[in-house]
Amino acid sequence: MAEAWAFIARRRGGIRADWTDWVTYGYLMLGVVVMLAPVLWVVLSSFKSEGNLMEFPPTLWPEAVKTVSVKGYARALPLYRVTMPDGQEATLAQVRRVGIEAQMVNPARPDAGLLTVPVESATPIRRFHLGTENYEKLLTSAGGRIWSSIYNTVFITVVATVITLVMNSMAAFALSKYKFRGSDTALLAILATLMVPATIVLVPIYLIVSELGLVNSLWGVILPVISTPTGVFLLRQYMLTIPDELLEAARMDHASEWRIFWRLVLPLATPALAVVAIFSIMSRWNDFLLPLVILNKPEVYTLQLALAGYSDENGIQYGMLLAMTTLTALPLALGFIFLQRYITTGIASTGIK
Amino acid sequence: MTVLQRACAILAAAAGIAHAQETITVQHIHEDERAAAVKFMKENPGTTVDFRVVSFQSLLESLPVQLASGEGPDISMVADWGGLSRYYLDIRPYLGAQQVKYFEYEFGTILEPMRGGVDPTGKAIYGMAGAVTLNGAFVNLTLFRQARVELPKPGATWDEWAAAARKVARATHTEMPMEMDRSAHRFASLALSYGAKLVDGEGRFVVDDGLRTAVSKFVGWHRDGTMPMDLWGAVGGTTHLDRFSDFMNGKVVFYFGGSWSLFLMDKTVGDAFDWAVVDAPCGTAGCVLMPGGGAMVGLRHTKHPKLVARYLAFLAREDNMREALARHANIPAATSLVKSGVDYPNDSERVRAALAAFTRQVPNVPKEAYTFQGWRYQRAALNALTTRISQILTNELDMDTALAFVKKDVDLAIQASER
Amino acid sequence: MASSDRGVRPWVPWLFLLPNLSIIALFSLLPVLVNVMYAVTGTDNLWPSERTFVGMRNFATLLECGNYLDPSTCSRDLFWRAVANAIVFVPTQVVAMIGFALATAIALNRRIHARGFFRGIFFFPVMLSPVVVAMTWVWLLQKDGALNGILGPLGFDRVNWLADPSRAFRWSVFVTVWAHVGFYTIILLAGLQSIPSDLYEAAKMDRASPWRVFTRITLPMLKPVLLVVFILAVIRSVQTFDEIYVLTGGGPGTATKMIVHYIFDTGFAVMPRNYGLAAAASLMLGAVLFVFTALQMRLSRGGAHG
Repeated sequence: MAEAWAFIARRRGGIRADWTDWVTYGYLMLGVVVMLAPVLWVVLSSFKSEGNLMEFPPTLWPEAVKTVSVKGYARALPLYRVTMPDGQEATLAQVRRVGIEAQMVNPARPDAGLLTVPVESATPIRRFHLGTENYEKLLTSAGGRIWSSIYNTVFITVVATVITLVMNSMAAFALSKYKFRGSDTALLAILATLMVPATIVLVPIYLIVSELGLVNSLWGVILPVISTPTGVFLLRQYMLTIPDELLEAARMDHASEWRIFWRLVLPLATPALAVVAIFSIMSRWNDFLLPLVILNKPEVYTLQLALAGYSDENGIQYGMLLAMTTLTALPLALGFIFLQRYITTGIASTGIK
Repeated sequence: MTVLQRACAILAAAAGIAHAQETITVQHIHEDERAAAVKFMKENPGTTVDFRVVSFQSLLESLPVQLASGEGPDISMVADWGGLSRYYLDIRPYLGAQQVKYFEYEFGTILEPMRGGVDPTGKAIYGMAGAVTLNGAFVNLTLFRQARVELPKPGATWDEWAAAARKVARATHTEMPMEMDRSAHRFASLALSYGAKLVDGEGRFVVDDGLRTAVSKFVGWHRDGTMPMDLWGAVGGTTHLDRFSDFMNGKVVFYFGGSWSLFLMDKTVGDAFDWAVVDAPCGTAGCVLMPGGGAMVGLRHTKHPKLVARYLAFLAREDNMREALARHANIPAATSLVKSGVDYPNDSERVRAALAAFTRQVPNVPKEAYTFQGWRYQRAALNALTTRISQILTNELDMDTALAFVKKDVDLAIQASER
Repeated sequence: MASSDRGVRPWVPWLFLLPNLSIIALFSLLPVLVNVMYAVTGTDNLWPSERTFVGMRNFATLLECGNYLDPSTCSRDLFWRAVANAIVFVPTQVVAMIGFALATAIALNRRIHARGFFRGIFFFPVMLSPVVVAMTWVWLLQKDGALNGILGPLGFDRVNWLADPSRAFRWSVFVTVWAHVGFYTIILLAGLQSIPSDLYEAAKMDRASPWRVFTRITLPMLKPVLLVVFILAVIRSVQTFDEIYVLTGGGPGTATKMIVHYIFDTGFAVMPRNYGLAAAASLMLGAVLFVFTALQMRLSRGGAHG
């Protein structure tokens, strides 16, 4: 028993946990709350009904007011516990409520008429209720426009990533496995594009894209972003570690340069390719500004555009907005859980090198 | 028939078929307008109308860029009547003499601002507007009743409404007495009512005493709590924001918004409380409500100008206008419909009363309001006003500096466009 | 291994480079030139042929200021307000970012359980799109939001946290740090892990206090990585746009308006569009970024395996 405790408590000092360990765990726990809670709150809120969302203070769990159907009223009425003037409590159904008055009806005696009570005396009777109506509304509204947004986003992400991988590895191959005049200039040119973020050349890019006839085409969003300097850099760094002798041997067997690239180097560079692929997927999925400018028709909107533009003529419908936020974040979040190691390794190597 | 005649007949038929396969693209912000396109296609077999729904933001931001690169739909709804005039198609040559007279009578007040100063003849017909929107004052009657405060009569001033709203809010523990959409278009109603000219004869922005009075009143209401800081004070830049949902949820006594919200009232408010649209609050120079709304225009780059003219004339037909108005609870723009009134069979008593109240006020809209609405740089002025007024509210600028900046912003926009 | 002495044609590498270079030429380098064209021309037309040459007028308008320390004396006061905001925002946000990233990296570097889990949690917000991040926090910071829901019962006033200029500014810093700190944490963690452990062993034998260990061993060994992280953070910080655009829209007033937001507004949001001014501002911003990126390349070259 003592050994078990010693094992669990073994920290920096060796045997006993000392104050730095408590501080460390405290900090990390706090970090978990700060990082995770907001997102969880959004997900939780997405299961609340519109009425539930408008309450203050907000309820922790999604709750719905118990309803009852009363004869003579088309929709089910919410139930309230009302404190009557004589001090007794009654369970009444609320017909409407505005300002300082609420009109209630007794569900057992609907013909007795309406009773007007001050708002403070009525509290709603609630129970936990995980409402999926926000998601249902979202997935069926506007002719299921969200499905086309999903398709567009997936198309852009997949196609752009595939092309990026091929193009960038070709460039990295050239820059790592060949010594030739101008290789430094080419590398410099590629890295120079780091200084030209999209936000700065937005208007020229729009002009060029429209000259190519690609406005409102998904390709108009794919082409400008498939040449990523960090991708080339990462792949080049990795390919430099592939021994040249392998290539020599292949050349002596009269393998063409393309074969060497495609069949030899590329498979060996898989770890780096995986990292570049993940970066590309992340970036394309979350792209906002460029699609905002290039894609103007709802049929070609991506998820991010649809989400940001979500306040329609009915004003901002928070329930659907939250549901959409959750859905937009979901794929990458899930992917992250499974691919965490790759992602963090990739970033670490970019930074170090 | 000779061979030649037969060949001509075949060619004519072929040309007819080729002609009949014409497709035009029409874009609008409301899905329910598709019904008009469907009806047109039924009445005109062989034509195709590709009806697209876009967002309001897209009309303001994407359409101009599309048109500048020579692209875009054949017909579009435009909210900025005079800003894009240089891209409009003059359909006058494609209309019959009767139709031209009809257009000029029915849509005269709007055709003028649509010309945006780019038409030297002053006679071009760029499109039509079946509906017009008006800024409007929505009042929660139930709250007034609960507070036992008398509703101000028609002709009451903005100050009187503010005072009444404050009293009601205090008595009923309502969060906000008054709210106004975060849009300088709404603010313009207030400004014009106090005598601001906004744009002078040369097409330049004007800072006058009327504008100053309106701004100081507006700022004053924010300082004394009549209006909440959340709308105008909390957001920055040119962002258009409305919180009409506050009115629909009974959180504000008096909301100055627009007639386009009537469409929602039955669905969301139902009979949760009693409400009405009241007559325009007045200032020292009048009781102004800014007009607005989307006009439908044909665009110059179209390859089917005749079909565009036909579609616009179709939309302008009285029965189609009545149908469109009833679909979306809109105020009529055509002169004869304003005079005769329109039926709204799908709407409740209250909405119909509100629509009648609006329709009644259409003839009261002064020429200055239309001029401002059709001014090519109206957007620039609205953006500048929204941005700068917010800066006054957050104490970044004082009023005189802010208004001077508005003028500077608009002047710069004019300079950038014209040189 | 020179390509020429093994019978490999010298143009082969260029073939491999061709796709990448074409895209770069078309979408990165050409646009810079086009931007210059826009910056020296006027009118609100998109097509170059319809624009008129105005020389340095756009730059002059941008730089015209009565007193450079007071934006309201400037011709383009919104631009200078954005600059003023950046001057406060960038140092604040970068210091906060690196501070927390370093603290977290140190915490994660210790012998703790479930390190992978913690690391994942801290990195998680990086995966979220800027729109999702901003929406999440707008939802939390509203007057009726969860933050007020928690603070209300504790006696605090119910405020719209984004409605006050200085509060909105501080929250902008917080939200952007929240969204990106994980990224820098990972880099610093890798840096920490590459510090040889025998240095720490030696320190333990000398019974050195945690603070001495930190300042005498950790920091100096971490310096190259810290420098890279610093440059990256600054470059990103100057270009902040997406999250803040959705979070506060630049408000209240102009309290959180950033430079890229100004460029976007001028070129795309206001009517009529002032492409010339937007391009001029972009080029100026680009010049600043150029300096920093050149610095980054110089530093990473120094440590690269070449």
